[in-house]
Amino acid sequence: MKILRRTGLALALALTAGLWGAGGARADEPLKVGFVYVGPIGDHGYSYQHNQGRLAVEKHFGDKVKTTYVENVPEGADAERVIRQLATSGHQLIFTTSFGFMNPTVKVAKQFPKVKFEHATGYRRAPNLAIYTARFYEGRYAAGVAAARMSKTHRLGYIASFPIPEVVRGVNAFLLGARSVDPKAEVRVVWVNSWFDPGKEREAAEALMAQGVDVLAQHTDSAAPVQAAEEKGVWAIGQSSDMSRFGPKSHLTAIVNDWSGYYISRVQAAMDGTWTSTDTWKGFDAGMVHLAPFNPAMPAAVKADVLKVVAAITEKKLHPFTGPIKDQSGKERVAAGQTLSDAELLKMNWFVEGVVGSVPH
Amino acid sequence: MSDAELLTLSAILAAMVRAATPLVFAALGELVTERAGVLNLGIEGMMLIGAVAAFAVAHADGGILLSIAAGAAAGMAIAALFAVLALGLRANQVACGLALSLFGVGLSAFLGKGLIGTPIEALPALPLPGLSRIPVIGKALFDHDILVYLSVLAAPAIHLFLFRSRAGLILRAVGENHDAAHAIGYAVLRVRLLAVLFGGAMAGLGGAYLSLTYTPMWVENMAAGRGWIALALVVFATWRPARALLGAYLFGGVTILQLHAQNWGVGVPSQILAMLPYVATIVVLVAISRDESKIKLNAPACLGKVFHSGR
Amino acid sequence: MRLEARLEPSRAMMVAAPLLAVAATLAAGGLLFAALGFDPLAALFTFFVSPLGDLTGVSEWLLKATPLALIAIGLALGFRGNVWNIGAEGQLTMGAVAAGGTALALYEASGFWVLPLVLTAGVLGGAAYAALPAVLRTRFHANEILTSLMLNYVAILVLAWLVHGPWRSPEGYNFPETRMFTDAALLPALIEGTRLHVGALFVPVVALVVWAVLSRSFLGFQIKVIGLTPAAGSYAGFSPNRVIWFSLLVGGGLAGLAGAMEVCGPIGQLVPSVSPGYGYTAIIAAFLGRSHPLGIVLAALLLALTYLGGDAAQIALAVPLAVIQVFQGMILFFLLAADVLIRYRVRFSARVQTGGTR
Repeated sequence: MKILRRTGLALALALTAGLWGAGGARADEPLKVGFVYVGPIGDHGYSYQHNQGRLAVEKHFGDKVKTTYVENVPEGADAERVIRQLATSGHQLIFTTSFGFMNPTVKVAKQFPKVKFEHATGYRRAPNLAIYTARFYEGRYAAGVAAARMSKTHRLGYIASFPIPEVVRGVNAFLLGARSVDPKAEVRVVWVNSWFDPGKEREAAEALMAQGVDVLAQHTDSAAPVQAAEEKGVWAIGQSSDMSRFGPKSHLTAIVNDWSGYYISRVQAAMDGTWTSTDTWKGFDAGMVHLAPFNPAMPAAVKADVLKVVAAITEKKLHPFTGPIKDQSGKERVAAGQTLSDAELLKMNWFVEGVVGSVPH
Repeated sequence: MSDAELLTLSAILAAMVRAATPLVFAALGELVTERAGVLNLGIEGMMLIGAVAAFAVAHADGGILLSIAAGAAAGMAIAALFAVLALGLRANQVACGLALSLFGVGLSAFLGKGLIGTPIEALPALPLPGLSRIPVIGKALFDHDILVYLSVLAAPAIHLFLFRSRAGLILRAVGENHDAAHAIGYAVLRVRLLAVLFGGAMAGLGGAYLSLTYTPMWVENMAAGRGWIALALVVFATWRPARALLGAYLFGGVTILQLHAQNWGVGVPSQILAMLPYVATIVVLVAISRDESKIKLNAPACLGKVFHSGR
Repeated sequence: MRLEARLEPSRAMMVAAPLLAVAATLAAGGLLFAALGFDPLAALFTFFVSPLGDLTGVSEWLLKATPLALIAIGLALGFRGNVWNIGAEGQLTMGAVAAGGTALALYEASGFWVLPLVLTAGVLGGAAYAALPAVLRTRFHANEILTSLMLNYVAILVLAWLVHGPWRSPEGYNFPETRMFTDAALLPALIEGTRLHVGALFVPVVALVVWAVLSRSFLGFQIKVIGLTPAAGSYAGFSPNRVIWFSLLVGGGLAGLAGAMEVCGPIGQLVPSVSPGYGYTAIIAAFLGRSHPLGIVLAALLLALTYLGGDAAQIALAVPLAVIQVFQGMILFFLLAADVLIRYRVRFSARVQTGGTR
């Protein structure tokens, strides 16, 4: 029986799992690549975009790869089991795509030295564990420029998920971008304490609009805020993917997460035997972040200015976190002419002056 | 109050009404089901099935009324599955309801695979002539879509049905004492079946409101736990329709207020503010529950109990 | 066809009904997978057998079933006495918080006494959190379905606030996590090289104790009587409040222990999501096991297997999660429906016989 034979083989492989890994694969066999997602791929947000990256890998390599994904994996005790199961079932390269998978990935990576692991948005590395994320804040800075240019009330809204450094950094970059063209701009933050709850995101959008905000940005997954903006006739900035279909009149642009290029290059490296444990934090320059097409209603001058900012960041002529930068209490955090280091950016937990809202400590 | 403050107040009220509407539908449906003595914990699953069905029809240009009807019918269909198990086969209601939720989450995700990322036009607002011109409350209360009005009208309608009609009396009798109701000659299981189906249809409407109006799109798991809140609201309401409506508005209102409060500079962490809707519901329930006799009179005595006529 | 109540639950059917349900599940599941283009035999094999193919698989299975069984046994106590504790998820979370807080406070300490103290804190945390619905019910008559359910959301927000704020790891780049606990606060492995920890041994112990309490003690008798007929209970002088307090404290304590063992076991620190909904799944386990400790342990094992099988089917056969959830729902439907055969006899008679007149 075909099934039994296959399982018998799987059992034998599993029993010697510690010894078995990339070295065991023959050259003519497809490279097995595994992906672990925190949400359902039907969230049309964060996990959806990672899955688009996986599909791009399949398209690029054809039958030279075989990809597998596990969706909606809870960030608790279960993650480690799922990651280990991928490792024991012959996957040679495994991407774990959420911060909460960091420690489980580290543990499994230790047990499977020949399997290559990649963890997104964390900070712990190992010889067979690379880390990667994107400089989304570059996109948010540029979006802040667009937002402030389009705003009449000088009040920008920001729907935020959880007070983690990634989100705090995004809020700050958005404000700094806005202030670079409008010193009177302020950013009002509402925390929804969820990555994904369309209803709640909409409620937060309405709360912000009621406070006089006329451009909405978001760091949550659903297109609900864009829809709310469309209904009320204010501007919106999409998140993760181009959300213009949900707000053709209101959608200024979106900060798009694009993992395709990175995933393809890492799979290629694993195939070529050139894979090493790297720390990748790239933005516009590597195409990991880009802005969705601008709304046709945006004046040409605004578009040109935003594109100039994008070009400057891409060419490293402009760093969004260049001093002088004061925090909410008025204390100077970055001196004039200085820029924040990556380490400081990574753990950012304070709001820049001009942000209305608070980060819990 | 300044004009700006009045505008904010109006916006808060309007948002409260919208946030409460899916809860109103689901809670009123569950209330009728429970009044007949059946505890169906599958509200979340029924809402999701209703949401995906309504969205699918709207997406295929089926029109407003057909989309709404599809949501109700789909909720009813999956409630029928519950009825077969819990009433027909006398399976445990609590476990069946939870299984139904799990099943509904999966089935709606499966059915909705092709609908993700495709927007639809939201249901149009129907401002009520005259009333919607009233300052502040006009825009807040009388400028909504048809489902909002329907949810508000459902509360008195269900109240009249339960307490002023013969059919409602029978339904309550079945929920209070099924053996006595059976002895008098009422078809206990048939009454319960109808109550379960009604509950399913209402949960389906709640889901339809989410995917047609509130956030006109389909994404997996978009009910995000509202079915559970609806379940709590039935208890909160002490099984009375008007109180279910008030409870949903209280919950929705506090939810909206805490979002606003984040920018009032109160200095409280957002996680603590986010607890307010849950805490407020508990506090108000405690306040109204202190008179023990009233609570006892309202809870259906046969809630969750298996009925069998075979002697 | 009609159902006729049996005077006594059928012993034969207690064995036969679950087997019948399994057969129906396999048949219906096979059809479902085949209809969606998956090899049905391979799918069922992957789902039910492959997860348990080696020692790691079995240990992961027991690890997953442990919190479910512990919580469900506690909940069943209450369900028998008509106390509807829907708040195990929150009690688990507060148990994890209490245990985690203790482990962090004893960060510098070492010694055999640290772990028992941490676990005890977990039990007390869960029990204390369950005491809230108990007070509200016994003093203010507030229905525990609402209070315990709403407190779940509050508990998860408390945990979120702590790990995002005051308890955040100083070495963690301000990410939402506490420090990893020291070895003194971690549960030792039961089987070396696996994640299965000694905490799993609580399951048989607790099951036995609860079984003894229910079947042998006067308290167990009181719970049963009050559960069946509250009026008769109070007539006999039993205190309903005592039953409420007892079942909520024990249920909360066991949920708290489960939470403590998750953070001191496989997770090893406090993170924003400690439980993937064990508190809710355990309600299913309690009823699937017919509120009997042994039945609950079996039900917890079955539910745990459906999770492992779901992962395996996603990995090996690329079955979408949505299909797996539909299948998991179906399994439960069949198992619950099959119960009817234990309590009822199925009669196939078109018409009732009416004596000798023809």
